[in-house]
Amino acid sequence: MYFEGLLRVVPVSLELGLAYALVALGIVISFRILAFPDLTVDGSFALGGAVAARLIIEGVSPLFSILISVGCGFIAGCCTGILNTRLKINSLLAGILMMTMLYSINLRIMGRSNIQLLTVDTILTPLENLDINRFIPIILFFLIVAIAMKILLDLFLHTQIGFAMRATGDNEQMIRTLGVNTDHMTTLGLGISNAFVALSGALVAQDQGFADIGMGIGMIVSVLAAIIIGETLIKSKSVQRMTLAAIIGSIIYKLIISVGLRLGLAPTDLKMATGIMVILALGIPALRKGKESKVHLRGI
Amino acid sequence: MLQLKGIRKVFNAGTADEKIAIADIDLSMNKGEFLTIIGSNGAGKTTLLDLITGTCQADKGAVFIDGINVTHLPEHKRATYMGRIFQNPLMGTAASMTIEENLGMADLRGKTRSLRWGVSRNRRLHYIQLLKKMKLGLEGRLKQSVNLLSGGQRQSLTLLMATLSLPKLLLMDEHTAALDPKTAIRVMKLTEEIIRQHQLTAIMVTHNMEQAIKYGNRLIMLHEGKVKIDIHGKEKESFTVEEAVKRFGSTLKDETLLSC
Repeated sequence: MYFEGLLRVVPVSLELGLAYALVALGIVISFRILAFPDLTVDGSFALGGAVAARLIIEGVSPLFSILISVGCGFIAGCCTGILNTRLKINSLLAGILMMTMLYSINLRIMGRSNIQLLTVDTILTPLENLDINRFIPIILFFLIVAIAMKILLDLFLHTQIGFAMRATGDNEQMIRTLGVNTDHMTTLGLGISNAFVALSGALVAQDQGFADIGMGIGMIVSVLAAIIIGETLIKSKSVQRMTLAAIIGSIIYKLIISVGLRLGLAPTDLKMATGIMVILALGIPALRKGKESKVHLRGI
Repeated sequence: MLQLKGIRKVFNAGTADEKIAIADIDLSMNKGEFLTIIGSNGAGKTTLLDLITGTCQADKGAVFIDGINVTHLPEHKRATYMGRIFQNPLMGTAASMTIEENLGMADLRGKTRSLRWGVSRNRRLHYIQLLKKMKLGLEGRLKQSVNLLSGGQRQSLTLLMATLSLPKLLLMDEHTAALDPKTAIRVMKLTEEIIRQHQLTAIMVTHNMEQAIKYGNRLIMLHEGKVKIDIHGKEKESFTVEEAVKRFGSTLKDETLLSC
């Protein structure tokens, strides 16, 4: 009986894990590819949700609403990039500034602190109306979206611009001597990263049936935990493995959290637990003197 | 080909640490010239290269390449005209990327980058040919990441990358100094071959008097930000270390002589 209860968390974890995997892919671009610790994410996730929710209740088609929120996420990321590259504001501070300002912007967009979507048609409504267990089409939907975005990102990172972006995070001086404007690459990369994050926010809002001003709080830490879990299991020798690790890590992280909640972890303690998880993962190798750090993640 | 007109660079201007790195240098180079620059620590060798590439901006004076004034162009725009190799083998390549990816990036020096593949099939075959010629055993390792290579291999790859798109000017900043002696000789030989084969205009900064005399067809010595000695042509061919010591031994610091 008890074990069965634990098994019941699997579909939920898959659903949420795949939905948040898009944030993980976004953070792979900023933290791992560009080595830019971008904290805009907390704000741009809620931005994605806010824009999509507001447009949907205003009668705009769900698909078009999602596209607009992706565009908004892209602009938010570019703004962080411009703060850092043009105005020379420290990368962490640039992200915090954008995250803070997005809080006000998101409230403006929604007009209140949350918007219910339970009574309107969302992109998921056709799937939920199917005559089968709700989880099957929803999980498939998020699986397809996550894999499609992963493949798109993998392909992009093997183009000429993708190379220049990877080199910007790897060896900025070198790619500049090859004629690349690294400021543009950083800005573009942060834009794409936050577009991924906003896409996730827009989909999650529709999945959970509401957008909330606080939906992005603590996002960075939990997704970092997911990426660390993923990269411990799948060594990031190539771009394809790195993006795969982000998706797998995201699912496993949600599984761990769901099991924790089942076993009596209070939802309010989640952020504490996640924080401790990240500290342990990053800290233990450092304490084990002499041995080379197992988790060696650029940008983290 | 390259012209420096009254170029000047002062660090920490107006403070107690003020240092005139480059003091109003005029220098002009012809096409196909291979210039070696020697000088002791702090003579301004690297700063001079930085001013040419745009890594730092001159306080005064102008830089022309093929008659084009590039003084106010940022580094990434000047990159079209010049390839650069640094002393540190780690600086010339992106470690987390593969050999062919690094070459693919170098192939597009100064060109607009698009959403086409970073490495095309045609170019890959071309890279294999070039790597074969270098005899480093890298032609079968195109898909390996660069951080698996030795310092010498990385510096040779950097050399190939710097010259791949045949820039107007090749700049080398003590690029063999961090390598073991045997590897240094190999990389230097390779450098000379590539410069001769493509008749590149090149500047090589070195600490090593013997190297400066052996290679190239023109030699200048920098001292306290000024050109002290400028030797070309026949005179350069017959120039020896002994003569150098005799003629300007007093301005050379010990470590330059020691490395002879």
